[in-house]
Parts: sequence; structure tokens; C-alpha cells
Amino acid sequence: MDLELSEDQKLFRNTTAKFLDNESPIEKVRALNKAGGGFPAEFWAQGAELGWAALLVPEELGGGSISGNGFQDLAIVAEEFGRLVSPGPLLPVNTVIAGLVEGAESGPDHSAEIEGLMSGESVATWAVYEPKGHWDPLNPTTTARKEGDNYVISGVKDRVEIGNEADFFFVTAKTETGVANFIVPSDLGSVVIEPVAALDFVRHFATVRFNEVTVPASAMVGTQETAPAIIERMFQVVVALQCAEMNGLINRVFEFTVQWAFDRYSFGRPLASYQALKHRFSDMRTWIECCNATADEAVKAVNNRAENSARLVSVAKAYIGTKAVQIIQDCIQMHGGLGVTWEHDCHLYLRRATTDRQLFGTPADHKRRIADLIGL
Amino acid sequence: MLVTNIAVTSEFGEFMSDQLESVEDFRIRARAWLSGNMPKLDPAKEYNTNRVADREWVEHRELQKKLFAGGFAGICFPKEYGGQGLTPAHQTAFTEESAPYEMPLRLNVPSLSICSGMLLDMGSEEQKQKYLRGAISGEMILCQFLSEPSGGSDLAGLLTRAQRDGDTYVINGQKCWSTFAYAADYATCLVRTDWDAPKHRGLSMIIVPVHDDASHLQRVRMSDGSDEFCEEFFTDLVVPAENLVGAENDGWTVGQRQLFYERQAVGGGSPYVSGRQATRGGSEVTVADVARAVGKDQDSATRELVGWQTALDTVMHQVVKRITIGMTSGEYPAMASSMMRLCHAEIPQNRMDIMLDLAGDEAVTSAEHGDGYLRNVGIQYLMRQGASLGGGSSEMSRNMVSERVLMMPREMAADRDVPFREVRRGR
Repeated sequence: MDLELSEDQKLFRNTTAKFLDNESPIEKVRALNKAGGGFPAEFWAQGAELGWAALLVPEELGGGSISGNGFQDLAIVAEEFGRLVSPGPLLPVNTVIAGLVEGAESGPDHSAEIEGLMSGESVATWAVYEPKGHWDPLNPTTTARKEGDNYVISGVKDRVEIGNEADFFFVTAKTETGVANFIVPSDLGSVVIEPVAALDFVRHFATVRFNEVTVPASAMVGTQETAPAIIERMFQVVVALQCAEMNGLINRVFEFTVQWAFDRYSFGRPLASYQALKHRFSDMRTWIECCNATADEAVKAVNNRAENSARLVSVAKAYIGTKAVQIIQDCIQMHGGLGVTWEHDCHLYLRRATTDRQLFGTPADHKRRIADLIGL
Repeated sequence: MLVTNIAVTSEFGEFMSDQLESVEDFRIRARAWLSGNMPKLDPAKEYNTNRVADREWVEHRELQKKLFAGGFAGICFPKEYGGQGLTPAHQTAFTEESAPYEMPLRLNVPSLSICSGMLLDMGSEEQKQKYLRGAISGEMILCQFLSEPSGGSDLAGLLTRAQRDGDTYVINGQKCWSTFAYAADYATCLVRTDWDAPKHRGLSMIIVPVHDDASHLQRVRMSDGSDEFCEEFFTDLVVPAENLVGAENDGWTVGQRQLFYERQAVGGGSPYVSGRQATRGGSEVTVADVARAVGKDQDSATRELVGWQTALDTVMHQVVKRITIGMTSGEYPAMASSMMRLCHAEIPQNRMDIMLDLAGDEAVTSAEHGDGYLRNVGIQYLMRQGASLGGGSSEMSRNMVSERVLMMPREMAADRDVPFREVRRGR
């Protein structure tokens, strides 16, 4: 958690935390998993009412935030999501919004789509990964062929979050003259959606096939010239949100694990009195401090569109992606056998942390990206 | 707990803006002064962080005197003791502006950041006028006499004794691990003044001259060949009683304050450090430099290692900034600085490991790079553990974090509340 939040932001954090505590406590997340996962529509509608999809939208398009630092506020929500492993399309919807907003100046008008997402009436997701491919958004094999006033999109996208719930997809594809982004409605007959298994306790993913899908030229987001910048912005937004969410996860797991160390007695004394364990807790506490510090800096950089935001985002993802799972595994160790049971909440957090770690660039991908960015 | 006089929040800067020169005005003034007064850094001159040439001490005293005369010494120290009474933001600006110039970096740690910081908080008015002003003006250099051969982590179990004799103290005993003592004039020396009290309650802090007929100082040679540490032997060293800092037998309180500044300095968060300070065991050479030198810079695995260490180095700066903010606002206890200290061990050690891997066989012997930094990668590696030993071991820091930040039960201590003369000691 940022140590320099404004009073408005502290209040926003508290209301968000209270809302999630009431509407989506861990028991409800478990019940949701039992019922097949996904997210309850009314939950997301309520979230949209609280502004969860408006924070990245400029005021002239009807959005905004109380603090004036929309991305920081959004990161607060993401962190609270992490604390309770909340369901809901917070990341995909806001990533798409970031892309639409980024393309608004240079390309066709998508204010209706933005409005729909902002109100919670519709949800959307970025269809960017491709089967067998690693994170490489600028080199899609999915094609967009120009035919008169239309584009015909063909290809397969996978690892698409809320692929089976999305009202439209934000598709990154290759035209004859370069990479471009398009909005594609999900209800077209030529769009085939296949849900796939996912590690997360509630989040759904799908493979989406675009079989010669015809969309008008006005479906393009931004232009071909601005496409790389749009993709970069979306990438930074989603990765910084993952980092904020992972922070929420580890802070919460660490809290209940420290409590456990005080409550659990072995050989007549609490676990918290054993130096071997105290030292491990100290290391974890220090790494969490580092995670919080680097996530805050990444979030601020994205919020302020700082010159070095790409690097700070990759630093945060490389570090937190590495440490978050390590910390949760260590916390599981502290719980003994209980930690690896279905009944214990540890695995809910580990599932989410692992999902965040692996998608949109693994730590290894981000380490290599840092090497690129420092000019090695 | 004492209130720290560090302040790094932007609110502080704004709040004080009525009375103080703005950071930007200060920066412009500093830039002009530096270019007119300080010698430019010679890029050809090798700056070795592990070895200090004797001439550096002479040069750095002169540089400090220049800063003092120009009104840029002791930026965060109060004006009445020779400082400038400005904020850490001013200090940061000065450090940035001074990067292309020779700076008296050797006086930063321990003289200004640790000893002077402690004296500002705990010293008498006379002591501050003499020693604090002396250190800021470049007239004298201070060092610490803390550790003893009988035990490093158990500082309060020290055995050097001071006997009150009229208006003086007579000191006998032995100190070690005193960094740069050979170049210093005075030391803040923690001694035992009451053997019947439990260990923490029988200590006193006394300022002693480093060079005296009644003390013998020798340099300790380390595994990498450096000899910046000293050890001292006192035989009836007589100092005036007015050199006592704080109250007699309240030396632990004073020492705690000094240790706070030590953690802060070692952790990289000291407001009293001026100029870009290279830390001990650190290196100006980056992992990327080593990767290029051995021609592996386009290798994917190497790029991953370089990216990782770059991330860690960035995180280290970020976490120091964050913890400093937390301690300043009071959200974090002072012992949170132990987390900085842990990072300052783990992250440089990781850097040394990566450099060693990248340098390969050339780290141990090389014709091509014989005198260059590839060989230094190997030499630096010899003192790798120094990063988790100096300024208190990482194990002690882990006790601090678990006991003072997480409030876990304290370790059992057989010497707690026992008169010190009854405490069992090894041979």
C-alpha cells in the first residue's frame, strides 16, 4: 500500500475494502468456484457503479476520479481485489478501456463502447495471445485483410480472460501494412469461443477463433501508426495492475500467516518464538516492503505517463512476479500440511498470484525487456 | 523514542517554503558555486571503493573546508553548528549537482552521517560546538569505537572500562572494527562504567582522542587486501569528564541513537551524506559492463541476469525511499531501517554472484583484463559477506524486524537483568 495516499484515496480504499468484504468475502468466492467460477453480473454492475471502470476514462468522455490520479485509484481497487481474491473483469475491462482511450484521438469514435464498459452494461477483453506463442503482441499471426470498406479478421487467440463472457474483443492483428487493433463483437457467427481450463479459482479464460470475421473499417482502434503506442499503454496498464493485485495477495497472506504464527503452539511455545521461523518472517516482511515500494513506483509512473514508465513497470513485474509466489509458498510452509489442503485459503492466493505472474510477460520476459530498455 | 530530524516528504518542503530557499533556487545557486569552486572529477582517475589512498584524506579535508566556506557543508545540520539548516530535498539536489565534481565522500560515513548525527541529538551544547562544528567544517574527522573482539552482535556485552577519577575518566580495554579510525581525530567510544548493573544499564558514551600516547592503533588487513578497519588498545587513557555524552550509565540510549544513524547510513537513507556515495563492497562497474566486457551481452541468459540485477538495484532505491517516508511519518518504527539493511546485504551480494558468473574464468586470472575490473570481480567476491556483516549482521537485523516490526517474542537472553560482573563469558 502506498504510504503517501491522499485523504480522498484513503477513503476510496476503505469504501472499496468494505464493499468487497460485504459483497465478495472468501466464502462467496469459494461458493462461486463451486458453481463454476466466473463473476456474478450484479457484482460487476455494482462495481461499475462505484466507478471501477471509469477511472481511466477522461472527464470529457464521462469518466474521472476524485483524486485526479485515476490509475493510482484503479491500482487501489486492484490491490483490494488481491486481498480477497475477488472475481470480476477488473483487469481485462480496464485494459481495453486504456486502449480505447489511447486510440480515441487518432482513430474512429468508440465513445459508445467506452460508455457501455464504464456503466458495466458490457464487458470486454484484450484478445492478444496466440496458441503456442509467448508474449509478443507486435507480431500477431492473426490477420486483418482489407476488403473495400471492411476488414476481414482471421486467426486464433487464446488465454483470453472472460473470453466466454465478453461482449466484444479488442483484437490485435496484422494487416498488410502492419499491426492494428480492432473491436470485434462476440455475438457474430464467425466468432467461436471455447472455454479452457484455468489455474485461477474463479477467473475464466477461453480460446477465441475468428473465422473470416468481417468488421467495418470504423472498428479499428486508433490507427496503424498509433497501434504500437496503444499496445504499449495497454501492456503497462495491465502489468502494473497485476503488480498491485499481487501486492494485495501477499500482504493478506502474510497477515494471516503472522497471526497463525502467534496462535499456533508447538512444544509449548508459539511458532512466532522460534528464531529460525522469525528470520524467515523477517525476510518475507522485507521482500513485501520491496514489492510495495516497486509497485507504487510503477503505478505512479503509469499514472503520470513518466518517461521511464516502461522500465519501472518491468522492474515491478520482474521483482513481484518472482517474489510473490515465493512468499506465498513460504507462508504455506509455515502452515504445515494444512497449507496445502483445499480447505485452507492459501491455494486461492497462490492460484491468483501464479496467474498474474505468468501472464503478460513472465518475470524472465520482463528481465529481458529491462535489458533491452537499458540499451544492453 | 526520539523524534528523528529527517524529513523527506514534499509536504515538509512546502510547509517550510516561507522561511527556506526553494530547492530549485538552491540548486541553481549550488550549480554555479560548484562549477566555480570544486575540482572536476577526472574520469581517468580510478576510484577504488575498497582502498583509500592516504592522500585522499588530506584532499577530502580540504574539499570539506571549501564546502564549508562556500556555505554548502552539512546541508541538513542546523546553522548554529555550522550546517545550512536545509531539508533532505536540498541535500538530494546538491548531491545530484555535485556528481561531476570531486567531493569529500570519505567524510560521509562514519564522521558526518553517524557520529555527527548522534552528537546533534545527544551531545551537550559545548560538544556540538566543538565536535559537530569541527566535523562539518572539515577541521576534524570522527569515528566510532563500538565493537570489541569479545563479541560483535552482542554490543552491550562490551568489556572496555572507564573509571571516573576526579574530572577525568581513565579508560582501559580494546576496540575493533572501527572503520577509518586511522584517519580520524576523535571517536565516540562506548565503555562500561558500572559492572554491578545489568549490561545495558552500565554503559557510557565518551568522546576520546584517536591518537594518544595511552592508546595503540593498528590497521586490520582484510581478505581482499584492504585495511580500512582498525583496532585500538587503551592503557590508562585519560579523557576529561566533560567528554561524556548524555548521562553516565545511559550510554545504551546514546549508542542506540548512533546505531540508528549507522543503519540509516548503511541502508543508504542518511540525510547527512553529501555527494554520490559508493558503498563498501559496492562497485561503479555494472553487471551490464561485465556482460559487455566478456562479449556475452547478446546472449539471452545473460540478458536475463542483467535485467534481473537492474531490477533489484532499482528496487533497492525504491524501498529505501519508501521506508524513509514511513519512518518520517511515524507509520513505521525506527527499527524498520533494519529492512533497508537487509536489502543492502542481499542485493549487492546477488550482484557479486551474477558478476562472478558472467566474468567466468577471467574473474580469477586473465592476461587481457589483468588490471581491469574483471579481476576486481574476483577480489570483490572475497569480501562478499562483508555486506551482511558490517553495521550489524543480517541475523541481528532479522531479529530486529521480527521482534520490533512484527512484534514477535524476543530471543531468550541469559544476561538479562543480571549484574554484568556475574554474566558468564567465554574464554
